[in-house]
Amino acid sequence: MTTHQAPPVADRAGAVEPAAARPPRLPALLRAGLRRLVGALAVLFGAATLAFAALQLIPGDPVATLLGPATTTPPEVREAIRHDLGYDQPVVVQYLHYLGGLLRADLGQSYQLQRPVSDLIAEQLGPTAQLALTAVLLALLIAVLSAVATAGRRPALKALTAAWELVAVSTPSYWLGLVLLTVFSFQLRLFPVAGADGVAALVLPAVTLALPLAGTLAQVLREGLEAALGQPFAVTARARGLSRAGVVLRHALRHAAVPLMTLTGWLTGSLLGGTVLVESVFGRPGVGSLVLAAVNSRDVPVVIGVVLLSALVFVVISTAVDLLAGVLDPRLGNR
Amino acid sequence: MASPGAASARRAVRLPPPAVLAAGAVLLLILLAGLLPGLLTGVSPTATDPVNALQPPGAAHPLGTDQLGRDVFARLVHGAGPALALGFGSTVLAVVGGAALGLAAALGGPVADRLLMRAADVLLALPATLLALLVIAVLGTGTGNLVLAIGIALVPGYGRLVRSEALLVRRSGYVEAAVTLGVPRRSLILRHVLPNSLAPLLTLATVGFGTALIAASGLSFLGLGPRPPSPEWGAMLSEGRGFLATAWWLGVFPGAAVTLTVAAVTVVGRHLQQRFTRRSP
Repeated sequence: MTTHQAPPVADRAGAVEPAAARPPRLPALLRAGLRRLVGALAVLFGAATLAFAALQLIPGDPVATLLGPATTTPPEVREAIRHDLGYDQPVVVQYLHYLGGLLRADLGQSYQLQRPVSDLIAEQLGPTAQLALTAVLLALLIAVLSAVATAGRRPALKALTAAWELVAVSTPSYWLGLVLLTVFSFQLRLFPVAGADGVAALVLPAVTLALPLAGTLAQVLREGLEAALGQPFAVTARARGLSRAGVVLRHALRHAAVPLMTLTGWLTGSLLGGTVLVESVFGRPGVGSLVLAAVNSRDVPVVIGVVLLSALVFVVISTAVDLLAGVLDPRLGNR
Repeated sequence: MASPGAASARRAVRLPPPAVLAAGAVLLLILLAGLLPGLLTGVSPTATDPVNALQPPGAAHPLGTDQLGRDVFARLVHGAGPALALGFGSTVLAVVGGAALGLAAALGGPVADRLLMRAADVLLALPATLLALLVIAVLGTGTGNLVLAIGIALVPGYGRLVRSEALLVRRSGYVEAAVTLGVPRRSLILRHVLPNSLAPLLTLATVGFGTALIAASGLSFLGLGPRPPSPEWGAMLSEGRGFLATAWWLGVFPGAAVTLTVAAVTVVGRHLQQRFTRRSP
């Protein structure tokens, strides 16, 4: 069965081009690692260029936008501000200036709040990181339990599992959040309706973010386990008298673990998109709420700041996961 | 996977499995609601009735009424059109953009290929929701910008697929024969490479329609798409979220409609993928 739920994820597998394989292991690994690092830097450079282009595309005069709708500022003051911010320089100089700022973690100034974007993001990072990490761990737990329990079992059980995976990947996260909120907060009053205070407030948002993730991960893991169970080594282990559960836990899981880890890394790197909706549903503070408010007030520098942060998180996690996969599975190491 | 053999050769037309048929039937019903909502309900989706506001599901209103007394079932049926249009519009944009990107990369020479694929890598490094939010922040809110935003966010995935398919087709015997015969480049692309890359593209687009629908209704739920009087499903949820404490039906049914549509389209799309995936180059 092919799993093409999200086109981007499905196609990233083709992102790595095979390099010439040479006999010594370590240099090959090192070379593969360097290739990945260069690729990662290229992606970050591209994201920064995209960010600069987006800033240039905002209609209207940036100085006027910065000053707000009040038109009392005299023209010579406007010119002074324009000069101070470098807006009177050629675009190429502005671009280099912008890239230099990014290297010093300077993401520019918010149009609406008149504060550095990096400060605004740093303040909101805690609740979002907490939510995302909890959701990933929960999703992994659910996926492993579900896949280990059902891989290679009777057709009826497998059909049931396939059905829950389908529902999990088809359910919009914001709707799942609304339903959980209605049942557990409004009807049963088990969890707070909004906020980010304490563990109780984390449960529903984390489950909301985790379930669709768990569906995707469980699908991939179950297919990996079933492929491994069909291999000769699995048949041999069974013939030696090892139980089905033993084969799954001691042999098949190891084989299916590397693709699972890679996919988990990619999905974790993309989680900042999902937190926008989940934080909105549960009224949680965080980077998602920050970016949504910024979109509504067209505070483009803040949105760009979060986009760049997301690109950095994605590149760091996926590069680390790729390198680790190459070490864990030597067959991948030569790529 | 079905085993190719005498049995399948004897029956020219193999019926898809029952789950796929059921999903197809659901999809047809939703499509009917989208195209001809009047056939499924005679009730107006915008007629307010304050006396009967927030009525639970019952005989008079099968799915209840909202805070203005509007019939939820009628709004759901009439909302299918706008909801499907958002998903369809952004998928078409993404497919066309992806086809252009993929063909340019595969046939434009190694330099263009490298540059375009690096650009696709950059876009793939960003979550689609966040990329769409960036486009909306720059262009402003509104239904058209929402479709454009999601379309742009989904382009690179299709672009990669078209590129790899086009590379396979270009190396195939019939294209090399056409090159040898002196077929001009333009008709080579339009008559050979594009049509033969099309089947996998369209099957991916079927599954991708579900992704686009979830993304579009999500942004609409955030208030970035169709404005309140519209019964689009995400907008309905956005309006109903303030009344969840007393009226659970406002939060349940529009989202269930999105989930049902996405699940049906995913089942049908995966079946098509299995049937039309290229076995070997």
